[in-house]
This record gives sequence, C-alpha cells and structure tokens, in this order.
Amino acid sequence: MKLVVINYGMGNLASVCRALEECGGEPVLSAEPKSLAGADRIILPGVGAFGDGMKNLREAGWPKAIQGALENPEVCLLGICLGMQLLAEKGFEHGEHEGLGLVRGKVERMNPETEERVPHVGWNEMRPAKESGLTKGIATGTDFYFVHSYQFNVEDRNDVIGTTPYAGGFVSAVQHKNVFGTQFHPEKSSFAGFQLLRNFLGQPLDHA
Amino acid sequence: MLKIRVIPTLLWKNLGLVKGVGFDSWRRLGAVLPSVKVYNTRQVDELVFVDIAATGEGREPDYESVAEFSAECFVPLTVGGGVRSVEHVRKLLLAGADKVAINSSAYENPQLIRDTAQRFGAQCVVVSIDVRRSNGKYECYSQSGAQATGRDPVAWAKEVEACGAGEILLTSVERDGTMEGYDLDLIRQVSSAVKIPVIASGGAGNYEHMYAAIAEGKASALAAASMFHFTEQTPIEAKRFLASKGLPVRRGHTG
Repeated sequence: MKLVVINYGMGNLASVCRALEECGGEPVLSAEPKSLAGADRIILPGVGAFGDGMKNLREAGWPKAIQGALENPEVCLLGICLGMQLLAEKGFEHGEHEGLGLVRGKVERMNPETEERVPHVGWNEMRPAKESGLTKGIATGTDFYFVHSYQFNVEDRNDVIGTTPYAGGFVSAVQHKNVFGTQFHPEKSSFAGFQLLRNFLGQPLDHA
Repeated sequence: MLKIRVIPTLLWKNLGLVKGVGFDSWRRLGAVLPSVKVYNTRQVDELVFVDIAATGEGREPDYESVAEFSAECFVPLTVGGGVRSVEHVRKLLLAGADKVAINSSAYENPQLIRDTAQRFGAQCVVVSIDVRRSNGKYECYSQSGAQATGRDPVAWAKEVEACGAGEILLTSVERDGTMEGYDLDLIRQVSSAVKIPVIASGGAGNYEHMYAAIAEGKASALAAASMFHFTEQTPIEAKRFLASKGLPVRRGHTG
C-alpha cells in the first residue's frame, strides 16, 4: 500500500509518520504533488493557521493533485486537525480564505460557553454520529486529543461521523465519500488513535 | 466533557533526567528514553519535557534528542528550554514536539509569542511562568528561577494571553520538588484572570493536592514530577482518585 503524508510545511509531520509506522504503515513524507500518483491512502496533517496552510498547499500545487487522486474512489484521504479544516469550502481564521472544498461547510471560531476555555486543548470524547469504517471498534465516548480554536461547521449532516460535547457541540470527525477528517489528533491519542489509524489503513476501507 | 489532564514533567540536563527542589539541588534519575516509553505504555495524558540547562548555557534546544524522545511518544509532548526564536520553534515542531514552552525569552521579547502564535497557531504556544513569593507578593522569575523580572504573575499572564499564548504552565519555584502541595492561591489568581488553560505545577505530593488545584485553584491540568519519580503514586491512580471525587478524567482505550 502506498501511503503518502503531505508535507506542506505545517506541523507535526514526524509524529504523524511515527504513529503510522506504529500502526503498520510505511508512510512516504512528500513535498511533491506528483507523489500522489498511485497512492492508496493520503494523509493531510497540519498544525497551524488556515490561511497559511492553504497558501502553502496552493503554492506547491497540491489542491489539483489531491482532487485528481480522489477521483479514484478506492483512494482515501484523511485530514487531521488543520488538515480536516482545510477540507472545508471556507475558513475564517485571521480573515476569509478559500479551502479545498472537499467537504461542504466552513471553519469558524469556537463559541465557548461560560466556564469553557478556547483553545479547546486536551482530551475529550468523540461520539459517533453514524457508522463509518474510520471509527469502527472505537467505543462511544472514547477520549481523543484536541488542540484547536476553530471548528468545522459542516453543511450536510450526512457528512458528520463524530461530534464532541464542547462549545455547544462541534463536529470532530467527518466523512464525505472517500474523504475523511478528524479534528482531534489520532497520532497523539495513544491506543485509541492507533485504532483509528489502523482502520484508515485497512483495505477496503468502508466508505459506502 | 474536557478532561482534567495529569501531566508528568520530565526535566533533563546533560542528557539525563533530573529532579530538584526549589529549582536547585538537582538529583540524577537516569536516562530519559525509558521514562518516555513507560509513560506511553501507561497512556499518560501528556508529557512536558524541559531542558533546564539550555538557556543558562546560551544554546539552542537539542533537536536531535527531542526527535529521539518524540519518536516514542504517542501522546502530546510539550518541549521547553532554550527557545528564543520562531526558527527554534519551527525546528522543535519538526523534531516532533506538539507544543513549545517559552519562558525566559518571552520577557525580553513578547513579540516571539505573537509571531509563534501567528505562524503555528496559538494552541502550540505554552508560556511557562515561574513564580516566587516574597513579602507576601508574587513575582515572575526567568532563567530557571534565577532572575527576578519585576513582573506580577497575574498581569504577565494576561499579557501573554493577549499576545496569543494558548496555555500557561504555572510553576511555584518555592513549592517545586517539596511535595507539600501546589500554591493554590497563586493558581487561583492566575486561572481566574485568563481564559486560556492553566497547568498547575510545583509542589504536588499526593492526589489530594491534585484535587485541590482543580477544585480550589481552578486549574485545567496538573503537572507533577517528584511524586511520580520518588513515590509509588502513578498518573493512573491520580486520575482514579480525581474521578472518585467527581472530576472528569480520561480513561485509556482498551480495545
């Protein structure tokens, strides 16, 4: 299996690759969009701001290459944290920015309730909103690690596979066809994260 | 619900793990890597890792060692010590750190907090604040607790929050290593002055201390070192205790 981790200068690439190795994958870290040719699984990691992330992706020519690769329904992409947010149509972090538009919706600042703090940092529950191959074998309410101040407000509820009870409840996992995303960091979520990554690396990955 | 985090703090110096009392009298504890592995197997919530010699020796963080430790760390890792520029932050993140702790250099150059938050996001900027109390008054110290800054912790906490810090690691220098309990008054003052999470540090000796830092101090997370190094107490048992008191804690995945 060809597993490509997109290197666009944002974030904790080493951690993502290490966790994938721990889960039996052989990640290829690449800054070259043409490396997506023949890829079975693509990871879009990311820690950082929306605008910078899109700028870096665009300058290197990733958006087109990603879209091209995903035309094959067997190819699956997983966006992690900022990588999930970039799947959106628009982001509103430090101004308004166009996203990849792979999952309908927009990324907006979290709206904390009294006593809640932002950034939302730490371990919180993911509650499955519907069945997905990505979250198979993970018990309801399992904690994952989050660090973010913005949330993905998904347009179509059918694309939501997990939510988290914070700031009025936000979307913590998405799936639209062969495009997946998690707001939390599976690579930093210990054994629960490994389970999710192993699901993603599984073949076939159920995304009916 | 967001869980209360229990975070072992690993201090290192000259390639070895150490722990002191009051930021002094350092005791050697052995190699770092085995500790990182053990804490991972036990599914700790997070690790904080500080190179206590870097700033004093005027050198950059040791990226190679950080890369070695982070490769065995599958929970969030905060790395501090010697961070003085956005470039240092970038290299630490590349080496596998998830968050970077900035302490001494923030006083001289608060712009570093802004630049780092702007470039990498507020959530990876932890500002570490070391505090001493004299004549009933709190004061921030830099250079591993050696240099008085003339700053009041509450005012400084608000300032770093405004600069874009994502979290505050708040350490009482006097309580550090004593295992006599956190400085609850300090923790409460700072926690209630800012909206960002405050990690209580310095003085934890038992599970009751931890409970008090949350219940009375209003901290979001608990850092501890000596009680894990030198006693039989463990992060898992700490969380069991906190849960028995009705606090939300994370339980590991057993699937």
